[in-house]
Amino acid sequence: MPLSLDTFRTLSTATRAGLVLLALLALLPLFMRDDPFLLALFARILIFAFASLSLNLILGYGGMVSFGHALYLGLGVYGAAILSFHGVDSGWLQLLTVLAACALVGLITGSIALRTSGISFIMITLAFAQMFYFLFVSLSQYGGDDGLRLKAGSSFGAARLTDGYTLYATAFLLLCAGLYGCHRVIHSRFGTVIRAARSNERRMRALGYPTFRYRLAAYVLSACLCGIAGMLYANLTQFASPSYMSWTTSGELIVMVMLGGLGSLFGPLFGALAMLLTEEALKALTQHWMVIFGPLIVIVVLASRQGICGFCDALDRRRRQHGATTLTGETKA
Amino acid sequence: MSLLSVRKLVKRYGGLVATDNVDLDIAAGELHAIIGPNGAGKSTLITQLAGEIRPDAGSILFRGKDITTLRAEQRALLGLARSYQITSVFPEFTALENVMLAVQAHQGHSFRAWSPVSTQSSLTEPALATLEQAGLVHRQAVRAADLAHGEQRQLELAMVLAGQPRLLLLDEPMAGMSQAESAEMTRLLLSIKGRYGIVLVEHDMDAVFRLADRITVLVYGRNIASGPPDHIRQHPEVRAAYLGDEQ
Repeated sequence: MPLSLDTFRTLSTATRAGLVLLALLALLPLFMRDDPFLLALFARILIFAFASLSLNLILGYGGMVSFGHALYLGLGVYGAAILSFHGVDSGWLQLLTVLAACALVGLITGSIALRTSGISFIMITLAFAQMFYFLFVSLSQYGGDDGLRLKAGSSFGAARLTDGYTLYATAFLLLCAGLYGCHRVIHSRFGTVIRAARSNERRMRALGYPTFRYRLAAYVLSACLCGIAGMLYANLTQFASPSYMSWTTSGELIVMVMLGGLGSLFGPLFGALAMLLTEEALKALTQHWMVIFGPLIVIVVLASRQGICGFCDALDRRRRQHGATTLTGETKA
Repeated sequence: MSLLSVRKLVKRYGGLVATDNVDLDIAAGELHAIIGPNGAGKSTLITQLAGEIRPDAGSILFRGKDITTLRAEQRALLGLARSYQITSVFPEFTALENVMLAVQAHQGHSFRAWSPVSTQSSLTEPALATLEQAGLVHRQAVRAADLAHGEQRQLELAMVLAGQPRLLLLDEPMAGMSQAESAEMTRLLLSIKGRYGIVLVEHDMDAVFRLADRITVLVYGRNIASGPPDHIRQHPEVRAAYLGDEQ
């Protein structure tokens, strides 16, 4: 993607803000050498941005409201934790296992859930996530309800993900790759089919598309990406707990996607950043931070149905209209 | 051999018989209009031909092949294309992107997930040619949502034509159109007539009698008359049931 200053000016406000934000996030570790807490906070933001990006792929672009995406985050977390519990700390092996597990579970649950739509789809994805939640609660060998400490960080050659900087860099690069990949996918043949099926599935079938298999492929892809986020998350918290796959986590992911802007490329990053930073700030302010946080989310979503990216797009539209009126004004004069 | 032949098609909804032993034959290149009062089962019939709902009994043969149990998307790929009474375009896509999507359906699987569609001439070229044919090429970059109603209907027809079908199932293509838009659509249909088999459901009687080679009249799901326009105009049962006595 060649990027000169001129092409940068032609981009939409949301894209420009996203790129600037990425640049700031790349420089961030330089400024917080002595602050492992802040570094960990921003690593968490990057990881959740990646997880919401995976959800945005099916929720924002595909219109599939998965209320059980924490399931795949949890599978990623437990994939890393259980393997390291058994002495396997090779990151590649863990990654392979996590991808296989997420693909398998995604394929099975997806092929059932995608036979329905609307509220039934939401309920079925939620039900599957809860099933796995209680499965992991009952696995007393792996800590059950109390969770499981990560014995050793995932290692890729000499690098270990439990090191703060390594984890941050990995999460950052992964997010960049995810954003670029998402950009390519949504404008490809596959992505076009997914986006169109969201708007009118019946029409798609009349055009000759067996929509089910494309939606299923998108669902499985999204599950696998979310699993990778989970594997990083395990290295961040160095802990695996069933609560990571509880429905509240699924809800948080949905809120991040909505807050950032459904079906916008940088939306998940904006959403994760806004939500986690606000949460931290409010937590520092008062113990009852949720009382402020809840209404805040309602206000943002009411003010702009397309979240933060929606604000940016409205700005673009106003500027364009303004430009158009001044232009016609000049010709009249 | 006729392009499409329907035999003893039956569809019931509870006690209501929406399609009552309908027989229908469409020859290649024929424009066959289906008329009838509201609730006569015209849309139900089209929907069964397109494969979106299954008939309770009877058979549908398309190009000699029994397609009664095939799903809508399978029938579409065989060359059966439908349009909808309620405009069904993709509002957030541009006119060109809408037609490209229709072209893409017939080019094998769509699992290619890396190169952008906008640079693929195998999609853009046929799509532009079809937009030209439908008289919409000057509006290619406009979002479908921002097109006028008549233009959306034209776009819908372009999407039907883009898949190079053998048979078109057009469900009230002139619904909600102004007189000028209707005339434009009639002109468009005349220009493509003969190249495809066309089943046309339409309420605009002027258009029907100008366009149709043969007409079938449905009343309460039954085929009460079938024949060339002049024959239908004189048919006593049709006049009583549908056209009204003043004609």
